[in-house]
Amino acid sequence: MTFLSHVINGISLGSVYAIIALGYTMVYGIAKMLNFAHGDVIMIGGYMCFIATMSLHLGTIPSILIAVIVCTLLGIVIERLAYKPLRSASSLAVLITAIGVSYFLQNAALLIWSSNTKSFKSVVAGVQPVKLFGDKLSISAEAILTIAVSVVIMICLTLFTGKSKMGKAMRAVSEDRGAAQLMGINVNKTISMTFAIGSGLAAIAGVLLLSSYSSLTPTTGSMPGIKAFTAAVFGGIGSIPGAMLGGILLGVIEILGKAYISQELSDAIVFAVLIIVLIFKPTGLLGKKIKEKV
Amino acid sequence: MANPNEVKLVAMPSKNKLPERDIDKAPILEVAHLGIDFGGLTAVDDFNIAIGRTEIAGLIGPNGAGKTTVFNMLTKVYEPTRGMILLDGKDTAHMTTVQINKAGIARTFQNIRLFDKLSVEDNVKIGLHNNTDYSVFSGIIRAPKYWREEKKAHERALDLLGIFDMQDLANAQAGSLPYGAQRRLEIVRALATQPKLLLLDEPAAGMNPSETAELMDNIRKIRDTFQIAVMLIEHDMNLVMGICEGIAVLNFGKIIAKGTPSEIQNDPVVIEAYLGKHKEEE
Repeated sequence: MTFLSHVINGISLGSVYAIIALGYTMVYGIAKMLNFAHGDVIMIGGYMCFIATMSLHLGTIPSILIAVIVCTLLGIVIERLAYKPLRSASSLAVLITAIGVSYFLQNAALLIWSSNTKSFKSVVAGVQPVKLFGDKLSISAEAILTIAVSVVIMICLTLFTGKSKMGKAMRAVSEDRGAAQLMGINVNKTISMTFAIGSGLAAIAGVLLLSSYSSLTPTTGSMPGIKAFTAAVFGGIGSIPGAMLGGILLGVIEILGKAYISQELSDAIVFAVLIIVLIFKPTGLLGKKIKEKV
Repeated sequence: MANPNEVKLVAMPSKNKLPERDIDKAPILEVAHLGIDFGGLTAVDDFNIAIGRTEIAGLIGPNGAGKTTVFNMLTKVYEPTRGMILLDGKDTAHMTTVQINKAGIARTFQNIRLFDKLSVEDNVKIGLHNNTDYSVFSGIIRAPKYWREEKKAHERALDLLGIFDMQDLANAQAGSLPYGAQRRLEIVRALATQPKLLLLDEPAAGMNPSETAELMDNIRKIRDTFQIAVMLIEHDMNLVMGICEGIAVLNFGKIIAKGTPSEIQNDPVVIEAYLGKHKEEE
């Protein structure tokens, strides 16, 4: 039973990683860049929800909505101001800029909200855990909410990219930007929309993560951000199902490693698994083979 | 700044003949003194052409003559160094690739550039993108408008695939199609953007003679059905001489001859630069 409960907690944590990883992988697939500021958007989402509930005394749902809207706009603004001018610059310049944006967001948060740890109140605080098998297995309301929300997000996103015209445009741009433009697809708009969706998802991930792990500081986003990036690479960067699978596996490995091997070494175990996977499958679990054209 | 009067100030070079039926109508495309330099190298220079509303025009010339470069300038993949392009009477100087497509030019590619991982139908739907009208939000919540517009796009895509009898392949992955079918799908995808001028870059490359004959019929059929102009680059002389009404010959970035197929075939300059070599090869 304890094992099952660890697995469920792992899936819950992994679902958060998966939602964040979706942002990394979509932006990479379409804009061909690693947006290292993505993790910090989670933190901003957390603060927005925190302020909305604590200072503005809004209800849970309006607070989450505010966090999502602010982060969506933030994503669009970051892309417009920091990355769009570098569209034809080298990928290294874009990468350094992304790291710069990440530090900018962290320090802006430090300036506004100081380094004091805020205690984030769970969005399902007071809801009793679900008890199964005569109280032997207890699942927290946060874990259930996280898993449910991520399932809904994954279904919506899969349908969106697979069945809607913007989703198809995104896939077309990710495959051949030039050909997409010649078919009348506005690449700038598509990239902007990808950032908007990724950042909106990051806000949701932030709220879910902080509901389970309540301490909120300006650097809250960086570790989950790196883990989610790892998850995206693990699953195959650029692949949406890959990000989902990578995120969930990473969460499960992390929690099981913590429970059965070593509390301190759990992160090391996570990264060791990543290295082993990449040795045998350099493009990640569901990564696409790179076709050499001759 | 774009001054609308400026257009008239540029002296249009003497026009090539348009097909009889298009003579009374303004040409769909007028190009004057078009040129581009790459570094110090002039790739195309003083390129002039007029194409009728429903003309099938050919652009031929030896490898490296600059034919695809002309297509790339017309679609703004390259920014021309000199000259003017009037599409349906409008100056395209300040247009981007996307705007050019919306204004009415669609094209195919010499080395096929389909979206390999998308299905055949989705490739066509990418072409229909700007004519499918619903917002991101309706796309996410799948509002009634989403279903209506997607249904319309689906039907339109199948109609267009019908030109080449490709409806059965709608769900196949584009990258898995045989070569000839990929070339045909590229034409369908380009047509989906509702062009007034369709640019085909070596549409018959890699096709066998019977496929080429069928392609010729289909290009005519497309022109007749959609009442659009077609400009094609092609090395297959049977195709070019068989369907083109006006032909321009490009050599070392310059037009060396313009005329009807019979005029081109009998032009000593062309024979020397191009057809002579072509006959030797055979």
